Amino acid sequence: MHTCVSPVISIEAVSKLYRLGEIGTGSLAHDVNRWWHKVRGNEDPYLQLGQANDRSTKGQSDYVYALQDVSFKVNQGEALGIIGSNGAGKSTLLKILSRVTSPTSGQIKVRGRIASLLEVGTGFHPELTGQENIYLNGAILGMRKAEIKAKFDEIVDFSGCERYIDTPVKRYSSGMYVRLAFAVAAHLEPEILIIDEVLAVGDADFQKKCLGKMKDVAGEGRTVLFVSHNIHAINNLCSSAVTMANGRVACAGSVSTCVEHYLKSSSSAGSKWRREKVRTDTDSVTFESVNLRLSGTQPLMILDLECLTTSRKQEKPAFVAVNILDNTGVTLMQAIPTLETLITSEAKEKSFLVRIELPPLVPGDYFVSLWMGPHNAETYDEVHSCVGFKIDETPTAGRTYPHTPNHGRIVPASSLKIL
Amino acid sequence: MASSKIQSVDPGQLNPSLKEDHDNWSLVIRPHNRLFDLHLDDIWRYRDLLWMFVRRDFVAVYKQTILGPLWFFIQPLLTTIIFTIIFSGVAKIPTDGFPSMLFYLAGTTPWNYFATCLTKTSNTFVANAGIFGKVYFPRLIVPLSIVVSTMIQFGIQFFLFFGILLYYLLAGSAASPQWGWIIVLTPALVLLMAALGLGAGIVVSSLTTKYRDFTFLIAFGVQLMMYATPIIYPMSSIPQKWRWLIEINPMTGPVEAFRAIFLGGPIPWSSLGFSTALTGVLLIVGVVIFNRVEKSFMDTV
Repeated sequence: MHTCVSPVISIEAVSKLYRLGEIGTGSLAHDVNRWWHKVRGNEDPYLQLGQANDRSTKGQSDYVYALQDVSFKVNQGEALGIIGSNGAGKSTLLKILSRVTSPTSGQIKVRGRIASLLEVGTGFHPELTGQENIYLNGAILGMRKAEIKAKFDEIVDFSGCERYIDTPVKRYSSGMYVRLAFAVAAHLEPEILIIDEVLAVGDADFQKKCLGKMKDVAGEGRTVLFVSHNIHAINNLCSSAVTMANGRVACAGSVSTCVEHYLKSSSSAGSKWRREKVRTDTDSVTFESVNLRLSGTQPLMILDLECLTTSRKQEKPAFVAVNILDNTGVTLMQAIPTLETLITSEAKEKSFLVRIELPPLVPGDYFVSLWMGPHNAETYDEVHSCVGFKIDETPTAGRTYPHTPNHGRIVPASSLKIL
Repeated sequence: MASSKIQSVDPGQLNPSLKEDHDNWSLVIRPHNRLFDLHLDDIWRYRDLLWMFVRRDFVAVYKQTILGPLWFFIQPLLTTIIFTIIFSGVAKIPTDGFPSMLFYLAGTTPWNYFATCLTKTSNTFVANAGIFGKVYFPRLIVPLSIVVSTMIQFGIQFFLFFGILLYYLLAGSAASPQWGWIIVLTPALVLLMAALGLGAGIVVSSLTTKYRDFTFLIAFGVQLMMYATPIIYPMSSIPQKWRWLIEINPMTGPVEAFRAIFLGGPIPWSSLGFSTALTGVLLIVGVVIFNRVEKSFMDTV
């Protein structure tokens, strides 16, 4: 197991405790109590009260471990994907790594300069021009002025915003804003780059460009830590992965094992999905719930998806696309029920039914992602692997020997005739 | 197992040989830093960012205004005129024999600098929570940049004051500037006030991350403090037995000294010394608690 590559990040038993609820006189009382324990040389009384972070169940304690005893190492030149459902502790871990907050216990050792992109365009000032913001943002991310100057043309070129470079960014479209911001970040040259789902923005073309750039970064022997729900991007970019669940490391190793572990644990609930937190970052149409029903018998199974959407604003009508993924996160097929944009936004809530005739699939776990937008380059909302289904029966009547994924997931109808 | 380069490590079983090999870590993230581990070298590394912030503050404030930096003139000019009408004209508070306009300007120019530094830096954590929550840079850069960008504002107001001083001198007024001291002491006084405003400001900003009560205090506290500083009245108008009350105010020294070197009069060395000592203490305490708070404030702000 010993390789000659040396670790550049060593995370050692890191825990992070959060207090729930509001800060007020109650927390003052806790602070006083904690201080009194410290004065007498006792341990913090609230540390023992922390519970594992399970969002949905109501705990007895006000204290919760967002991270508990997390340990792993990242080697140089590695592109590590961090996967996990909401609240698994991914972002907390990234925050600690980025030194935005500190761990409650444990330590992290790092070799080399870290640049973290927890958000694109941090510190952009709307009144300043594109050029001024490139310098400001670059400096915030830790670049020296001379460095930015040397790369300025490259940055502008990458962003594709050359015409607007002397215009205040408040006049930019949100897409241009993101392009410019990512362009600055992409030209950082840290030894370690930490990225939190920034790829969820921008149009498809630009996303591809960003992914490519990140691949380059990883290829140059620098280390990339990448958090995403986008299994496809993780598969594409990362050489290894860590799956987190309830603040702990649930699985670490190859990307495929981690993705499998994640999909299995996150979608075991299966056929029903409901948005838990209202999306505040967009005011276009969003998916609110999806109900999955599987009917029929092999080899002709019918997948019904009953979707509910909400709209907050009058928007261009949209159409939907449904991806079906296998348990390693590979997209097997995409269904586009209609090319007409039928989902309009006059009504606040709208529900519709998507019916998919599944091809003959081998037994196993499958996942469904949904997408919605007015045309293929603009996304209103997408939900990754929100529901799943399980196929138990073989599509080939009479077959007794087991299927293996090595032979693919789909068994097309076929026949043989002796000539 | 070449494909799985990452491994889960039980810290209790860390391979000792591996530990020795890799002791040259460039950064160790721990729950708490040592008290005086202030990583001031980081601030030096990020000095370009300081200038960017200064530029941003200066450019952004007056974008989409027609008068632009002229507002820096208009504000103190109007304040001084109002002071002249109310305190000198109506309340008949003496001004030590100096033209009242000059007397007030000599007080408000340094005071405004200190007050702006204090109120702006005292808001550091709360106002910048958005940036601080997303990216690391030495947090002290922000209050430092505020102190520097406020210096530009001070410079403009200083020119206004100086212009009016020259006008009165040419008109044959009673003011007698001590030119030698002006050259030596003006930069020193500005630095002293900057340090005092910064020290007090970062103490307050550290305290406000969890309990916001101090933001209310600072808003009217600065105003009250102005009346406890000899700005609208001369020190000589205060009865001897109450003077100590004014003298324990650390801004008394700088304001009195500023007035003394430009308008004439004895330089109050003792209160300047007291002010310098207090500033030093406040600055050290401020930087230490600011460094402690910056590590965890995101969880409480």
